[in-house]
Amino acid sequence: MKRVFVNEKWCLGCHLCEYNCAFANSGLDNMAKALKDKKIYPRIRIEGDENINYAVSCRHCTDPMCVKSCITGALSIEDGVITISQDKCVGCLTCILVCPYGCISQNENSVAQKCELCLKNSAGEPACVKGCPNNAIVYEER
Amino acid sequence: MKLEGEVRIPSGCAISAVISKEGNLMTGENIIKSMIPMHDRSNGLGGGFAGYGIYPDYKEYYAFHIFYNDNISRNKCESFLKDSFEIVKAENIPIKKIPEITDVPLIWRYFVAPLSSTLSRLQLDEKTYVARTVTKINNEINGAYVFSSGKNMGVFKAVGFPEDVGRFYRLDEYKGYSWTAHGRYPTNTPGWWGGAHPFALLDYSIVHNGEISSYDANRRFIEMFGYKCNLQTDTEVITYIIDYLMRRQGLTLEETANVIAAPFWSTIEKKKGFDKEKYTYLRTVFSSLLVTGPFSIVLGYEGGLMALNDRLKLRSMVVGEKDDKVYIASEEAAIRAMEPNATNIFAPAGGEPVIVKVKEGKF
Amino acid sequence: MGIEYIYPEFEVVRNADRCIKCGVCQRQCANEVHKLDEDLNVMLSDEAKCVNCQRCVALCPTRALKIVKSDCRLRENANWSDSTIKEVYKQASSGAVLLSSMGNPNPLPVYWDRILINASQVTNPPIDPLREPMETAVFLGKKPEKIQRDENGKIKCELAPQIKLPVPIMFSAMSYGSISYNAHESLARAARELGICYNTGEGGLHKDFYEYGPNTIVQVASGRFGVHENYLNAGAAIEIKMGQGAKPGIGGHLPGAKIVGDVSKTRMIPEGSDAISPAPHHDIYSIEDLRQLVFSLKEATNYKKPIIVKVAAVHNIAAIASGIARSGADIIAIDGFRGGTGAAPTRIRDNVGIPIELALASVDQRLRDEGIRNNVSLVVGGSIRCASDVVKAIALGADACYIATSALLALGCHLCRTCQTGKCNWGIATQRPELVKRLNPDIGYQRLVNLVTAWQHEIKELMGAMGINSIEALKGNRLMLRGVNMTEKELEIFNISHAGE
Repeated sequence: MKRVFVNEKWCLGCHLCEYNCAFANSGLDNMAKALKDKKIYPRIRIEGDENINYAVSCRHCTDPMCVKSCITGALSIEDGVITISQDKCVGCLTCILVCPYGCISQNENSVAQKCELCLKNSAGEPACVKGCPNNAIVYEER
Repeated sequence: MKLEGEVRIPSGCAISAVISKEGNLMTGENIIKSMIPMHDRSNGLGGGFAGYGIYPDYKEYYAFHIFYNDNISRNKCESFLKDSFEIVKAENIPIKKIPEITDVPLIWRYFVAPLSSTLSRLQLDEKTYVARTVTKINNEINGAYVFSSGKNMGVFKAVGFPEDVGRFYRLDEYKGYSWTAHGRYPTNTPGWWGGAHPFALLDYSIVHNGEISSYDANRRFIEMFGYKCNLQTDTEVITYIIDYLMRRQGLTLEETANVIAAPFWSTIEKKKGFDKEKYTYLRTVFSSLLVTGPFSIVLGYEGGLMALNDRLKLRSMVVGEKDDKVYIASEEAAIRAMEPNATNIFAPAGGEPVIVKVKEGKF
Repeated sequence: MGIEYIYPEFEVVRNADRCIKCGVCQRQCANEVHKLDEDLNVMLSDEAKCVNCQRCVALCPTRALKIVKSDCRLRENANWSDSTIKEVYKQASSGAVLLSSMGNPNPLPVYWDRILINASQVTNPPIDPLREPMETAVFLGKKPEKIQRDENGKIKCELAPQIKLPVPIMFSAMSYGSISYNAHESLARAARELGICYNTGEGGLHKDFYEYGPNTIVQVASGRFGVHENYLNAGAAIEIKMGQGAKPGIGGHLPGAKIVGDVSKTRMIPEGSDAISPAPHHDIYSIEDLRQLVFSLKEATNYKKPIIVKVAAVHNIAAIASGIARSGADIIAIDGFRGGTGAAPTRIRDNVGIPIELALASVDQRLRDEGIRNNVSLVVGGSIRCASDVVKAIALGADACYIATSALLALGCHLCRTCQTGKCNWGIATQRPELVKRLNPDIGYQRLVNLVTAWQHEIKELMGAMGINSIEALKGNRLMLRGVNMTEKELEIFNISHAGE
């Protein structure tokens, strides 16, 4: 299965991936309209300091702790992709606690959100990968 | 309009040739006939022939055929020749006045030998000296033009259709073991006698059909070695290339063909051992003598003919045989005109030379 | 301020309707032009720092940015141009020589644009490169004057060492130090994939790049930085750099600040010391000295490597080239006055040397006049911008072209011409690690491969249109060229006819 991989060697810490992610999941067709004067809730986040940066997003584990721990069954695995049904999420945040990689976060409505590889939005392929100027995030089979 | 020498002249054409492998002599009648069915391949602005073995009585002497504009240029040229050559015979080339051929210049023929004292003073071999003399006359003596300079061979050419040119020069009265012929369709000249083909230097003569795209690359390279492309025609530069490769570099006919119409690198890649090395070497060393663009040529030389097409075979050329004779022409019709029963007619592949030699001792 | 104040050259135009204050521009600008003012909640710009490298423009996700030329100009004056006056101000303030980067930007004649190429119509056929073979391979190096045969009459096929190129293009010299590790890696990998050569420049060869040796030309310049026996033997050829088109007659100076880490090791000089290449080679004060260096290098490499001598195109270039051709060199590289540089004194760059087109035309003719054109190959550079420039150069008589500026453009360079600051936002002309990493060689090398491959296609198309199916038949084929907008004298030097003739 193709997954999103990050290579910190080439990550510039420009944070473009965060904005591309937020835009892709906004459901809108214009980035300015979607993100202007708003706090963004991207599903990928750049971590790091002055010397190193890297993007953090869901690794779509084969044996995911988050799915096991979800109390409402909102998290599930569909064809290897860990997806979240936000209707079912009650915002207990257990998944955020158990994820060893820190890849799950809350959206503006305090509901859990996570990377679903842009398979459910209009981008069709991971927007973070497409917008990365330095190939620091790639979408590939490994 | 500008004449040959003032502007580059490309042209399309008809060529034809015949050779007897046994060295049997043929009159020029048959080769004239071959040009009749290809009449439309010429436009009346040039025709010509080369015959080999036609001067058996003077075969030790270089036969210079020279056009003169007038007697002033003739006197100048003759006095220049006398300084360094022994002239054993000087005469008008016999012609027949016909209405189709007009504006006839003075046409002279000389059988000459370079003085040995001159050769030893200049430390030159005979051929180099003769070639230099021809270049010098053509460059420096205004109104004089040497258009044939080999031994026991001669070029006959004029402005007109080739079949008329043949009659004009009374070629039925000459006998040779090989003949080449050319009908010219130039696109850029009012026609000039010296610009007709064949083009010859020493015993090499070339008839050529095509317009080569490599012309200036070839010209600017070959001019490094003392040649001067006065006429700016393809035939001229190809003749010099052949003279340079064969006489001065000592390449064989096949090797020469491998330079002029070098195999593609992809073909060379597939060769093995020495062949691969040799093709690579020749193509690398003489890269500027590769001739591209459409051409079919027949090279005449003492004792043989070589026919060669460009690498992509962009011009027609067929070969046929009958008994001891081999025929080459732009069209099969021309071969049939010479020998209706010719066999083994084939079109040689691009870049594959067809070499026909007269048996040793038969010429 | 006051007398020293010069109004910024550029203005940053930010479309407030589009700006989402993502801060990408701020994070990407090494010149610190952009800044988010948290109190005002707006992005501010310090335009005085902007060099118009377009990094922010290219990365802005909402296309909210553009950089425009400032319209705050001095009073118009045809004699005293804006830039001339400002240069006076700068020098009055600093007392220093002005420095510039990349090639001469002044409106001097670009002869490539005045030369037009022929095509076949009716009398001979154009050739379709998609259907017929079309050959672009060249061999660079000395060719023998006379065929030799062994006792059996077989041709002796040994040639002097050659560089075989599938397409007559090479990447010209750019040193490690003047450009980044990642730029070098991109060039080296692209050269290997394309089967061509890149050139180390005079900064030595980083240990990681020895594996690209067969596609590397190692340079020996006046500073001799990084030169040792293994280095000389590592490449496909050795280039003696006598001069550079952007700065003929002067040496080079890589400031100590850039001599850090691997750059210092590769150059074999202490960290922090200035790398100063003298103007002349101090062992070459004349042509006979050059001959000695050529043969010293041949000795050091067992006569296995062709020796290139690179010179800047200057007034008597034809005589110089003739001398080099007789010095034992296998290849002459000529660099025209529009060639690039990582840093050069502005006055030198903009006023010294001559256009490569004229230099090439006269050198090729001179070597032919002397009958020695086949003894040496000719490589030209100094602003070869596109495939048609290559075709024109070959038709004028070059064997191959050197490209560098176009290669850098492929790597992301936006020709802001401030390489000398070392703050290249595209990760090319810099040694700052956080900037160097902006050039990912995986991307860079592929773009270089794409560029040369695209040019090769175009060269084939142009050749095919001329009815030429091998690049050899194009070399020196000046009949394929016509001039427009040229004087009689220019046409005479190019030895071409005017269009319509």
